[in-house]
Amino acid sequence: MRASHTQRGFIAAMLHRLSGIALAVFLPLHFLALATALNGANALDSFLALTRQPLVQFAEWGIVVALAVHMMLGLRVLAIEFFNFHEKTLAALSICVAAAFAVGLALILNAG
Amino acid sequence: MNPALFIAQRLTAFLLALAVAVHLTTILYAVHGGLSAGEILARTRGSLAFLFFYSVFVIAVAIHAPIGLRNVIREWTAWRSRSLDVALVLFSLVLLALGFRAVFAVYAA
Repeated sequence: MRASHTQRGFIAAMLHRLSGIALAVFLPLHFLALATALNGANALDSFLALTRQPLVQFAEWGIVVALAVHMMLGLRVLAIEFFNFHEKTLAALSICVAAAFAVGLALILNAG
Repeated sequence: MNPALFIAQRLTAFLLALAVAVHLTTILYAVHGGLSAGEILARTRGSLAFLFFYSVFVIAVAIHAPIGLRNVIREWTAWRSRSLDVALVLFSLVLLALGFRAVFAVYAA
């Protein structure tokens, strides 16, 4: 295995882990936010008003991209482990990250 | 990794790949024109398909996330004792409880 090959695999594994940790931290907060609907639609709307602040919107964009990154890199792992997929690591990594950012871009273009 | 945990992690990964793809598509559709409680609840309230889909999603996440965190924590830190497993079981239960509470909130709102 070439050193560069290993390094690219390392970048993919690191991105997969960091996005996974971000999602694990975000999830309980996401669930708590949705549960505000227990106090009625107005309570949920009050929370949604907070999410219109630029910093929160940036964080939302980040978490959606993290979700897309984690899914794509997870598919990469499944493809390698279960489908005997001999990856071209750089290409696979590029496709995963590009697809994730396409989702992020679509989110920005679609919002507002 | 423990073989049972490995299998659970990978089985839920297959399930989550599908669920996340649907969820991302829903997000992109839902944010169009801005999010409002009325719009969200109109899709979720009383929908059995929604209830089923997101219940499966919550269960899969509550299995998948703690196993993933366990791998990362065991590899990056010195915390490998039984207390780590206990903490992650608790994290899984928190995800289950909060997740079902959230699903119920928007289903029954």
